[in-house]
Amino acid sequence: MIFRRILLRLLQAIPTLAGVAILVFVLVRVVPGDPVAMMIPPGADADVVARLYAQYGLDKPILTQFGLWAAAAAHGDFGMSISLRQGVTGLIFSRLPATLELVAFAATVAVVLGGALAVFGIRHAGRFGEGAVDAVTGFVLSVPDFLWGLAFIVAFGVLVPLFPISGRNDPSQALGLASDFILTESFFRLRWGVTADILAHMTMPAIALALPLGAMIARVLKSSLAEQMAQDYALLSRVKGFSRWHVIVAEALRNAAIPTVSLTGVQLTFLVGGTVLIEKIFSYPGIGSLAIDAVVNRDLPLIQGLILTFAVLFILINLLLDLSYAMLDPRLRHA
Amino acid sequence: MSGAALDITNLSVAIRRGPTLLHGVSLHVAPGEVHGLVGMSGAGKSMVGRCLLGILPARVGITGGSIRFAGQELVGLNERDRRRAGAQLALIPQDPLSALNPSRRIVSQMTDVMRLRLGLTQSEATARALAMLHEVHIRDPEGVLHRYPHELSGGMRQRVLIATAFACEPKLIVADEPTTALDVTVQKQILRLIRDLQRSHQTSLLFVTHDLGVVAKICNSVTVLNAGRVVEQAPVAEMFAAPKDPYTQALFAATPRYDQPGGVVA
Amino acid sequence: MTTPGTLRHALTNWRVVTGGVLLLVLLVAAVFAAALSPYDPLDQDLAAQLAPPDWHFGRDAHALGTDSLGRDVLSRLIYGSRVALTVAFVAGILTAVAGTLLGLAAGFFGGWIDALISRAVDIWSSFPPVLLSIILVALIGTGLWSVVAAIVLIDWTRFCRVIRAETLKQRRLDYVDAAVVAGLRPRAILWREIVPNVLPLALVLLTLEMGLAVVIEAILSFVGLSISSDAPSWGGMIAEGREVVHQAPWVLIGAMLVLLATVLGFNVLGDGLKQELDPVLR
Ligand SMILES: Nc1ncnc2c1ncn2[C@@H]1O[C@H](COP(=O)(O)OP(=O)(O)OP(=O)(O)O)[C@@H](O)[C@H]1O
Ligand SMILES: [Mg+2]
Repeated sequence: MIFRRILLRLLQAIPTLAGVAILVFVLVRVVPGDPVAMMIPPGADADVVARLYAQYGLDKPILTQFGLWAAAAAHGDFGMSISLRQGVTGLIFSRLPATLELVAFAATVAVVLGGALAVFGIRHAGRFGEGAVDAVTGFVLSVPDFLWGLAFIVAFGVLVPLFPISGRNDPSQALGLASDFILTESFFRLRWGVTADILAHMTMPAIALALPLGAMIARVLKSSLAEQMAQDYALLSRVKGFSRWHVIVAEALRNAAIPTVSLTGVQLTFLVGGTVLIEKIFSYPGIGSLAIDAVVNRDLPLIQGLILTFAVLFILINLLLDLSYAMLDPRLRHA
Repeated sequence: MSGAALDITNLSVAIRRGPTLLHGVSLHVAPGEVHGLVGMSGAGKSMVGRCLLGILPARVGITGGSIRFAGQELVGLNERDRRRAGAQLALIPQDPLSALNPSRRIVSQMTDVMRLRLGLTQSEATARALAMLHEVHIRDPEGVLHRYPHELSGGMRQRVLIATAFACEPKLIVADEPTTALDVTVQKQILRLIRDLQRSHQTSLLFVTHDLGVVAKICNSVTVLNAGRVVEQAPVAEMFAAPKDPYTQALFAATPRYDQPGGVVA
Repeated sequence: MTTPGTLRHALTNWRVVTGGVLLLVLLVAAVFAAALSPYDPLDQDLAAQLAPPDWHFGRDAHALGTDSLGRDVLSRLIYGSRVALTVAFVAGILTAVAGTLLGLAAGFFGGWIDALISRAVDIWSSFPPVLLSIILVALIGTGLWSVVAAIVLIDWTRFCRVIRAETLKQRRLDYVDAAVVAGLRPRAILWREIVPNVLPLALVLLTLEMGLAVVIEAILSFVGLSISSDAPSWGGMIAEGREVVHQAPWVLIGAMLVLLATVLGFNVLGDGLKQELDPVLR
């Protein structure tokens, strides 16, 4: 049942991806600006230039270029990065784990933080606690996450140096790990010193990423919790003798989570998009900072590969959200 | 087990920094009695029930008076003692759709209270839930236990709620318009069911309604509430014979047809 | 709608006053940058690189310190307000005009026009804005005007969504029916009856949008996709300050605080205007 649903959604994603690929390919090529010009030393002779064009296939008609690119892409080969002179596929795969671990950490922080604020606010409904929660979420949302990231660097990286402000791990220590999922792997290999170091590096970027989503969750979840707490089943549960905390957490939370997932789901894709800037701010070696460098260097093959990677991530997130409704709502599960 | 007396005296309730909702309401429910609480929408009927059950909305508070139930004063208790005192109380709510949690199976919604209040194990509680479902005449009780609320009809849900209310043998049950959300044929069955269970379990019942016909069928005595004040209080037969207060008379005039007292359970 | 009474009342609203004063300061700084700046923002004082803030307002003192090339931070912040305000006004107004017109069209004409515009808004606003802005600038090219274009392309949906809803609401009100009965042509109704009533809302949105535009420009300058890195801009200063944050945190702190004050100024002013222009809230 659920597997058919996943399969169906994955099949639906294929035309979307193909569309994105074509669109990106065309857009990147019709706009002005010459990618090869940037890598040529001033005063290089025409011969060298022509050879470079030929090397990256930029001398052929656009249709041919797309055919070549698509055929190679079908085999997982997205060409060579112009600025870094490495295979695009390999580059992306070596950087992706860092971003995925950051996103997972940030999303967890957002959900825990937002959930805790919402539950706390509802527990103190009509009293000071609720007003405080509203004020905090309002302030968090009115300051852009860009500024949060910078403020953290100044506050907890420089003035009170609690956390490192760049990178993913302490470069002076050899990791000796097999995969690039170094947070996960070091944890399961019980090398918790390394895990702690990585977490220290991730804390500030993850919180900066998490704040907007967390505040959004707090706001939406709190208002749907308020709605649920006014339902008769919540009153009945209190008449049965359960405490307010129990009613909020064990009865109302799950029902309130359903509208919250649908209203804040899009924010989760914004969080993934936000890695681009936050990774740049914290010099974090993921695909986000890679994307910015690619754009600044007009590295066409890399830009294409990265946009497709983000598209795949967004499709997967939407799939995940879709499945989480089914998990939360028994009416959908049995329908 | 038998019902307990409820004495509400001079109960006042107000919205914080706002209007007063109940102005010195007094009413008495004798053990094993069914006491009707009637009035127009917004009169404060549910508010009386909520005071008794300790579930006032945020920003609404008791400003004076007392609620004595089973020999204990409920006003002024802290939250924990309040919850403990509530062990002898139960509620049959108005809307059987919203009174069941859509994301939990019937069995867990029936047994959680038994485990908490009676200290039963899960299997004991499940057995008792099954027995209660038999008692409220539900077809296929085993099947119903493992379903979600949306898989049951309105009448079945209300039976489940009634079964849950009686399951812990409370001394008093507040029924807040328990039939208003149901269609007419089901209403009669549910009303009869509540009356039967109330008799066999000897429970006191505070029956909130705006339907005088229902009062006639089920109640022993009745309190009429208007805008947060008691306007009339009498045994049912007496009031139906000669309503004294003009507001009560108006209520009677507004009810197109009502049966004589004791209609259903003659 | 914007009667003198409304205006006078607005001046008693602390949000309007706070936001207004902040932005007025900014405007003055931008207009009189040359007179206000103690130094030329491009002048490199290689003898005083990364000099800390010095509050002795003598001839040579750098009140807010210098950056890694010995340029005066205060002067660069003052000149940076020119870029910020240019983008705020140009991008803000263009976005407002585009979004409002499309929103009016969708709400007023309905039918396939509405379906088309609404669908575009839905798809468009499901993209993460930061990523989208960087991709757009990558496509259109860098520079201040590309940044303006990118902002308009990203944020028109904000206006369109809200103005469409408001237009729909206004259309259902009695005075529009009265205008129809009086024999006004549809287009005349749109311009004479609906537009004036939608404008206050557009003004509120414009104020908020200007704050957003300043942030997007700063972000694009920060990653090196806006104006050249020599020219003084807050985003560029943030990028530089981030490099030398351990030796000279004042570069980053200064630019950050100015940007924060600007964003909060626009936000507070927008919230205040919303309160003042909303007859229900007043
Ligand atoms: N959550 C609340 N907060 C503040 N005031 C409330 C709240 N719920 C009800 N009230 C007010 O309390 C008064 C009494 O309401 P109550 O629900 O007790 O009326 P009722 O007699 O039960 O009416 P109905 O027949 O409609 O259920 C009403 O004036 C109502 O506006
Ligand atoms: Mg009621």
